[in-house]
Amino acid sequence: MTTALHPEKTAEQPPSTVDGIRAVGRDYLDRLRGGELGSLPAILGLVALCVIFAIMRPVFLSNLNFANLLTQGAGSIAIAMGLVFVLLLGEIDLSAGFASGVCAAVLAVMLTDQGWPWYSAVLAAVLTGMLIGLVLGVLVARIGIPSFVVTLAAFLAFQGIVLMLLEEGTNISINDPVILAIANDNLPPVLGWAMLGIGVGGFAAVQLRQMRNRRRRGLTTAPPVLVAARIGGLAVLGGIAVHLLNQERSRSLVVDSVKGVPIVVPVIVVLLVIGTFVLRRTAFGLHIYAVGGSQEAARRAGINVTAIRVSAFVICSSLAAVGGIIAASRGHSVDPNTGGSNVLLLAVGAAVIGGTSLFGGRGRLINAVLGGMVVAVIQNGMGLMGYSSGVKYAVTGSVLLVAAGVDAVSRRRAVRR
Amino acid sequence: MTVTPILELRGIDKSFGPVQVLHDVAFSAYPGEVTALVGDNGAGKSTLVKCIGGIHSFDAGEYRFEGRRVQVNGPRDAAALGVEIVYQDLALCDNLDIVQNMFLGREKRRGPILDEATMEEMAARTLAGLSVRTVKSVRQQVSHLSGGQRQTVAIAKAVLWNGKVVILDEPTAALGVAQTAQVLELVRRLADNGLTVVLISHNLNDVFAVSDRIAALYLGRMAAQVRTTDVTQSQVVELITSGRSGDLGLATTNGATP
Repeated sequence: MTTALHPEKTAEQPPSTVDGIRAVGRDYLDRLRGGELGSLPAILGLVALCVIFAIMRPVFLSNLNFANLLTQGAGSIAIAMGLVFVLLLGEIDLSAGFASGVCAAVLAVMLTDQGWPWYSAVLAAVLTGMLIGLVLGVLVARIGIPSFVVTLAAFLAFQGIVLMLLEEGTNISINDPVILAIANDNLPPVLGWAMLGIGVGGFAAVQLRQMRNRRRRGLTTAPPVLVAARIGGLAVLGGIAVHLLNQERSRSLVVDSVKGVPIVVPVIVVLLVIGTFVLRRTAFGLHIYAVGGSQEAARRAGINVTAIRVSAFVICSSLAAVGGIIAASRGHSVDPNTGGSNVLLLAVGAAVIGGTSLFGGRGRLINAVLGGMVVAVIQNGMGLMGYSSGVKYAVTGSVLLVAAGVDAVSRRRAVRR
Repeated sequence: MTVTPILELRGIDKSFGPVQVLHDVAFSAYPGEVTALVGDNGAGKSTLVKCIGGIHSFDAGEYRFEGRRVQVNGPRDAAALGVEIVYQDLALCDNLDIVQNMFLGREKRRGPILDEATMEEMAARTLAGLSVRTVKSVRQQVSHLSGGQRQTVAIAKAVLWNGKVVILDEPTAALGVAQTAQVLELVRRLADNGLTVVLISHNLNDVFAVSDRIAALYLGRMAAQVRTTDVTQSQVVELITSGRSGDLGLATTNGATP
């Protein structure tokens, strides 16, 4: 600080609660008008779709279907979360789907053919993902080939690698109980509640600590009512979800009892929390946003732009590996189509529908989860209504197009100001 | 006045390949003053500024800072001395807020976590120290700011990092009348706070409104460096366009007509 500067005390009176909430509301409306819609369209879409499907096909609301929905969406949500990192830079990874396929194939080969323990096989799969990301990132950021071309080439090449790993199209079944448990088993009901308690408690602790810290320093804080509403909202929504998932959903109790939160749910939640922490609370995350916003500004600020870009691709392919592992678990096997067909498009769709901008610089990980739920609901609900795959694809494609259109229009509004 | 200049260049030569852009240029800037650097397009203003900022090295000459001779081999050396350049295109990230932009690349952290509260305090204090009242909240996104506010943020960023010498490249070029007045007021306040300000401008009204000294470049030579109060606007125009005005400016050499 230059000594000649005399900081004036700018201690403001903390605004009254009502004013505070009004100000927050006004800011939010301003942001919406400015074209920053965030997750709002996805949340509204999710609610609307659920209402429509619930009316048309009451079975949509059954406990069994709710659990199915979560496990169906989990794989592409993991891939979509990785894609958010790449999309934040304004790049694209078209190979994420088949990258997950390659990693799943590595997992299967190690597990079944080589007889490795599950943790070594998982490690091998994730390391494969990191290596894939490193190669893609170096080609894009150091050599300077457009990411569209690099990953399109990789899309083709990885398809071939999956075939080679699986020896021309045979499928490898997965028998390891731990891997199979990921997408097919449930937490004991008590553990579900315990995890929810830890999650809500942790969220509340972080929020309250932040608020106390800022208030002590005389900085503006969100109104306490709003913070309480956030914590309460999480507790209520989480509570409803855990309660529903803890209901018995087995068709015949004689065969088996099925209840509890599917294990993939905490897996996704942990990835979401870690990823959000990295993006919002660390310098590395901030630099990803900065590079996505303006590469030139980031470079002049002394940020190693190349390293940031490479690492985003590494994170993307690593999360694709996780998606591949979930897919292998859910399918009980890995075949040449694992990670193929519509997996990539559903994942890109999930990220964009959730509100991640294709132009870089805007988006959050929660977008991928919300968008992934929208995609899963469309697939699941239309399936229940008896529509063919063709119709499902066409509708999902249209929704992706609408989401990208909303993104483009809102970006234009933001620029025009 | 016998104050030593904080920044002083002597006998600077700079060529790009066969083209010599700067010839034996001398330039000084003093604390608490605004030194305007004027000159026509191609006179060498940008090159001189990039030499000061360490982006270009010069072929011959001396770079003196606070009376000592220093070596500046890159932008980081210049920043270490306390020379901050605010470029015309500002280089702000639209999708980040004011605090994030001001600390970009030099974030305060506690452990691995960004120390948002400290950064927010420092940013608010810096803006308050510059008596900036046009910015509603330091947590606003830069994309929501007007041109004048962006310029303010870029200047505040330079001040925040202990800039002793702040070089502003055409800060009012893209601004309307009211915003130009705001930015010029800020420029004046920087100098009144004891900083050394170098203002590059095409607009002589701006130059006469805020500067204490004027340095006029003409075809890569320093035509004259004078106190603003000693010259008229038309004399400065002559210095810019022909390199001399009356007994001011470059001596006629090789029989060239003035």
